[in-house]
Amino acid sequence: MNEQLQSDFDKIVKVSKISEKEIQIKKDFLNKFIESGFPNRKQEDWKFLDISQIIKKSINDLSFFNDYSQTNKIDSSVFVKGLDHNKIIFINGRIEKIDFKYEDQNKIEINNETKENVSFDYNNSLIDLNSALSHKVFRIIIKKNYSLKRPLIIYHTTNDKIKSTNINLRLDFELGENSSLKLIDYFANNTEKNFINIFYNFNLRKDSILKNYKIDKFKNDNLKYSFNNIEQGNNSVSETFILSAGSDYFKNEINCNLNGEYSSAFINGIFSLKENLQHEIRTTINHLVENTKSYQLIKSVLGKNSKSAYQGRIFVNSKAQKTDGYQLSKAILLDETSEFNAKPELEIYADDVKCSHGSASGSLDENSIFYLMSRGLNYQQSKELLINGFLLDVIEKITDLEIKDLIKNIIGLKE
Amino acid sequence: MDTREKDIEKLKDYKYGFTTDIENIKAPKGLNEDVIKFISNIKREPQWMLDFRLKAYERLKLLKEPNWQKPKYPKIDYQDLYYYSAPKSMKDKPKSLDELDPKLLETYKKLGIPLQEQARLNGIAVDAVFDSVSVATTFKDELTKHGIIFCSMSEAIQKHPDLVKKYLGTVIPVTDHFFATLNSAVFTDGSFVYIPEGVKCPMELSTYFRINASETGQFERTLIIADKGSYVSYLEGCTAPMRDENQLHAANVELIALDDAEIKYSTVQNWYPGDENGKGGIYNFVTKRGLCKGKNSKISWTQVETGSAITWKYPSCILKGDNSIGEFYSIAITNNHQKADTGTKMIHLGKNTKSKIISKGISAGFSDMTYRGLVDINSKAKNSSNYTQCDSLLMGNKCGAHTVPYIKNKNFDSNIAHEATTSKISEEQLHYCQQRGLNPEEAVGLIVNGFCKEVLQQLPMEFAVEAQKLVGISLEGSVG
Repeated sequence: MNEQLQSDFDKIVKVSKISEKEIQIKKDFLNKFIESGFPNRKQEDWKFLDISQIIKKSINDLSFFNDYSQTNKIDSSVFVKGLDHNKIIFINGRIEKIDFKYEDQNKIEINNETKENVSFDYNNSLIDLNSALSHKVFRIIIKKNYSLKRPLIIYHTTNDKIKSTNINLRLDFELGENSSLKLIDYFANNTEKNFINIFYNFNLRKDSILKNYKIDKFKNDNLKYSFNNIEQGNNSVSETFILSAGSDYFKNEINCNLNGEYSSAFINGIFSLKENLQHEIRTTINHLVENTKSYQLIKSVLGKNSKSAYQGRIFVNSKAQKTDGYQLSKAILLDETSEFNAKPELEIYADDVKCSHGSASGSLDENSIFYLMSRGLNYQQSKELLINGFLLDVIEKITDLEIKDLIKNIIGLKE
Repeated sequence: MDTREKDIEKLKDYKYGFTTDIENIKAPKGLNEDVIKFISNIKREPQWMLDFRLKAYERLKLLKEPNWQKPKYPKIDYQDLYYYSAPKSMKDKPKSLDELDPKLLETYKKLGIPLQEQARLNGIAVDAVFDSVSVATTFKDELTKHGIIFCSMSEAIQKHPDLVKKYLGTVIPVTDHFFATLNSAVFTDGSFVYIPEGVKCPMELSTYFRINASETGQFERTLIIADKGSYVSYLEGCTAPMRDENQLHAANVELIALDDAEIKYSTVQNWYPGDENGKGGIYNFVTKRGLCKGKNSKISWTQVETGSAITWKYPSCILKGDNSIGEFYSIAITNNHQKADTGTKMIHLGKNTKSKIISKGISAGFSDMTYRGLVDINSKAKNSSNYTQCDSLLMGNKCGAHTVPYIKNKNFDSNIAHEATTSKISEEQLHYCQQRGLNPEEAVGLIVNGFCKEVLQQLPMEFAVEAQKLVGISLEGSVG
């Protein structure tokens, strides 16, 4: 694989018009990746689902070269209807369109200078791979005191023109003081068996609000990895919702640094896995100063041969007194071949804190099914109603009403 | 300094810090085949035992010391340790208590466990371990009447080779992790218990450990077998003299419960934790594992861990038999520079297996406490359930409390519930107690005892009182 990677990298460098210095930076990242390779189960963070094995099994030979000079045709049929929205469209790893037509253009700045490095400490070879191969890094800056009128939907699509089996995407967002952004990641990949590696970086200044919704609903054979780094200033709020359902493999990682007092982070997630899917959410919330808050709720419904894993970590540094941290993960196993793994972790160095976590997993409650069936529902209906209620609980945590309805429609949940 | 302060000062100093002067026979320093042969030879072991040890040693050469744990420690030079030392007067085994070395008896007296008295008053058979060799076994007659075998490991190897051969290494195989394998290669002595079919052991069996000779790693090996329908409650308690160098303690404890049998294993551990600057103290790297081999069997671990510089252990249950039950109750207290990484593993293999984990961690001073646990429900373990609760209490902002549970559910018929909280003693509770006339230390003691109550009440009577006192003493000076 390494020779393929090296030769594809050289090809990419040849066709792209970037400076000598940038090439060197990319090269360094590439060498770092080659040194460590894909993460495997020997690493603690990858214990439950081993990505190197999964890639080997489902794609085998990865190739990395794509010709980014060609434009792709935008397929408007994937667009979300019934909701006015701004768009960023990725096709085959290339940004085809950035469209903020509902907004004041002076308040939004879009840069595409290559950022030289990753601004935080990490130990993750996939970020190295991303930094080495991602085509262009766009940086979207929302200026001070501006709240976006409409949500921004990022469409992740691929079509049959794609040459490589690996795509790397990177976006940086900066939310100025007292600004707000609603963001939906919408996955509509219809090709087969690509490894998609996404890296988002968010910087939330004082009093800003980020609402980030990730929707991976439609069945596809892709493997996806998404890393989100969120830096939060004073009094900022981040809300992340993850619907993890469609891809063969999907791992979402959220790394959230609560750097400012009174900042808070909310993470809610649903795994709704039908057959033969392997999904994971890993969160790290670092409470670094006083009076910060975090809340996490993850629910799984697991079908035949499906496996979900939740690794949640709350870290409280010795300065971070008055921290409030909460984690809850629940899972319903529908089949004897489904599997749920959890590692809810607390690492606490301050004494005046309130931190707790809970985890529960099991099958559907037969008593509840009996109750519903005695009132005239059949077995299947009762089951669906119970699952519906189980998941609705997470959807109700979404604070944006319009998007809540949209997500409810997409999943097909009834109230 | 007024008298009260002086008293506290006195209490803070390690109460059991003294050494007895007994000449030791030592194996040559270092770890190699010759040392293992020396140990085996001096204990007059049969060939199969030596083979067991050598097999473990071969395996050990391939293993690396694990390093994933939270508390890090300076590298141990395994070639710089003595692997065998025994009190000299042990050469010819004493037949009764009177024949014991008077100095030994004196040591126990200081520890507050005069053998004869304790045996008579409490009805406990004491198999006292001084360094690595059992020195006295009391109440033999009473136990023999029931057909119970309770003796030192060396004796069991001589007298009951069939049982030892059949069960030793079946729960902790020689191919296990580094410290367990090290123990398999060089273990010196320990306790052996066999409860025959249908017998309820009439008394609590108990061993007091005591580490003596300097620079001696202690490698105990305990094996408890409860045959069909039997019951035994086993107590283990330990104190150690004050010392500067770190001492390694890598014991192995294996429990085997056959059909309908129950084993209750309780530990109070109060080894030397090092001084208030974190100098010295024992490394307690123990492997404890129980196998519920038969159906309807039950193994219950209870531990009160207050001592040691580093405690690193996970008493585990393998629930292999259908309907078997595993329990784990733990209080771990760390103060000053102590570090603990402890918890349990519950491996559900049989149908209808149940497990329960209650863990209470208290950290004060500059200490660091980690609960690490695994609950693994296998796909064949239909209708199994687990309940886990781990609570941590922090005193001051220089210490840490961590919870790292691993939860694996591969069976849709089974339920796992896990809860954990971390908090401090609330001002309201303290205020309430102080208002009613308790001083702050007493108030904290009371609240902490309440916090630990669920675990303390699992201990047998003889231990519960001692443990409750220990909880208080361990936290002395950490308040205010």
